[in-house]
Amino acid sequence: MKVRKRDINKHIITILAVLLAVLWLIPFIWLVGTAFTKASYNMTLFPTTPFTFENFKYVWNAVPFGRYYINTLILVVVTFSVQFVTSTLAAYALAVLPVKGKAIVYVIIFMQIIIPNDVLIMPNYMTIADLGLTDTKLGIMLPFFGSALEIFLLRQHFKTIPHALSEAAKLDGANTWQTIWRVYVPCSKPAYMSFAVVSVSYHWNNYLWPLILTRSPSNRTLTVGLAIFAKSKEANMQWANVCAATLIIIAPLLIAFLFLQKQFIESFVGAGVKE
Amino acid sequence: MRKGMAISTLQKPSQEAKRKALRKNVLGWSLMAPALVFMLLFTVYPVIRSFYLGMTDYSLGMEAPVFIGFHNYMKLAGTALFWKVVRNTLYFALLTVFPSMALGLGLALLVNRSTKTVGFLRVGYFYPVVMPMIAAASIWSFIYMSNNGLWDQFLRSIGGQPMDVLSSKTTVLPAMAIMYVWKEAGYLMVFFLSGIQSISPELMEAAKLDGASHGQVFHRIMLPLLGPTTLFVTSIEFTNCFKLVDHVMIMTEGAPNNYSTLLLYYIYQQGFTNFNYGISNALTVIMLLFLLAVSLPRFFSQDRKIYYS
Repeated sequence: MKVRKRDINKHIITILAVLLAVLWLIPFIWLVGTAFTKASYNMTLFPTTPFTFENFKYVWNAVPFGRYYINTLILVVVTFSVQFVTSTLAAYALAVLPVKGKAIVYVIIFMQIIIPNDVLIMPNYMTIADLGLTDTKLGIMLPFFGSALEIFLLRQHFKTIPHALSEAAKLDGANTWQTIWRVYVPCSKPAYMSFAVVSVSYHWNNYLWPLILTRSPSNRTLTVGLAIFAKSKEANMQWANVCAATLIIIAPLLIAFLFLQKQFIESFVGAGVKE
Repeated sequence: MRKGMAISTLQKPSQEAKRKALRKNVLGWSLMAPALVFMLLFTVYPVIRSFYLGMTDYSLGMEAPVFIGFHNYMKLAGTALFWKVVRNTLYFALLTVFPSMALGLGLALLVNRSTKTVGFLRVGYFYPVVMPMIAAASIWSFIYMSNNGLWDQFLRSIGGQPMDVLSSKTTVLPAMAIMYVWKEAGYLMVFFLSGIQSISPELMEAAKLDGASHGQVFHRIMLPLLGPTTLFVTSIEFTNCFKLVDHVMIMTEGAPNNYSTLLLYYIYQQGFTNFNYGISNALTVIMLLFLLAVSLPRFFSQDRKIYYS
């Protein structure tokens, strides 16, 4: 009898959990339903008008999303690639080499973890302006080329790699450079994956910094493009179009998340702090 | 002097080792140099620059900043708007940090069970995390739209009055907070989930065998053991909250009457629409103090071992 009661409780909790997840999904259900149906004057949770691709066709022609996609991809890929190199080198030095004065580097690392670049828009904009890099992709990426978070994650990982492995490489005639790229990097794939997820989603989703830096459509990102479209007068009452535009920019990450659920979730925990 | 000599004679045989150590130092610093250059230029330097420019009179059209000491801070302290912004920022933080943590813990408990629905639940709770804030904000602006929005329609359907939540000074921040809790709870869920899963199952089993109820296990074992996780999450969550600004730009731009202006938005406004660089940098310094205050627990907490080392 008692077991029965427990079972029933279990089912009730499961049902509540599922209902809660459905509640959580409501904004998304509305978003998809609205994006794929004919625009109407009445907003409804579930679509009442016929299915159509018109909204996507309209926004794709009204907004240079193709251009914005390429810009965003360039930013995301280049930023991560540079972070990959700079962080690997720094993490190797911190984890393996007996360097004097490491403490200073740790202070700087913690400083960046406490003070995210997001709040330094004013002074960093001035620096980018001093360098003559406003309204350039390089200007948007530059502040993120030295990533405290990635250095720290990699350092932790490098520390767990047995010294014997690099000693063996040395005996085989590998120099430091080769040891880093042939021993340490291949051994740390999970740490790199973890950071890749966090870095890519941060830069794909970032808005304020690229907004401040860009003046011309040729350098705008997807987020900036979406915001400009969503705030334009013509879009004000046209939620169907805004929904289509929103779906265009969030789709890649959402799809990646659906396929790599565990990887995404573990990455965010591993990284501890959003960049 | 003599001591130094003694050491040098002692180490004479190991000249070679000394040179080797020097080489390793040079190698180490040159490997760190590329990352360090960028971190110095965009994390350390801007902090120093804000401290300096915050003490200057500097705005668009001026050749160079003029040093005025703490005048900007005094000016801010005498402005009602500044205090309103500080109040908004703290109020918004309280409205979001603890509710999203409580919810995050609840979701973690729901997901930490072995049922067939777990995969669906995880997706349902976590997907808002991978969306950009501006996408979430534009969806929710429609939900909150006056009269025609989903929320006002829902109220009317149950016989209530439409609220137009984003236009009223009492509801604008709570409405934004609900949106943010919706977006953030899944993120905090994963921290609590990893906290819960690091508690030894034997401990819980033992308690259950001793006749402890689910509630007792939660209160007496889980919660205390989640203490360090909670402290850590509180700290990162305050930091995340202070750096939020995209939703203000999309949903209200500070309206109505600056009741939704948060500190970072104020920094942006002063710097990039009023071109008052002195004030904007002074506000940046104030933001840094906020961030420092909420980060301190992270460095005194033992839990940092779990996440940092």
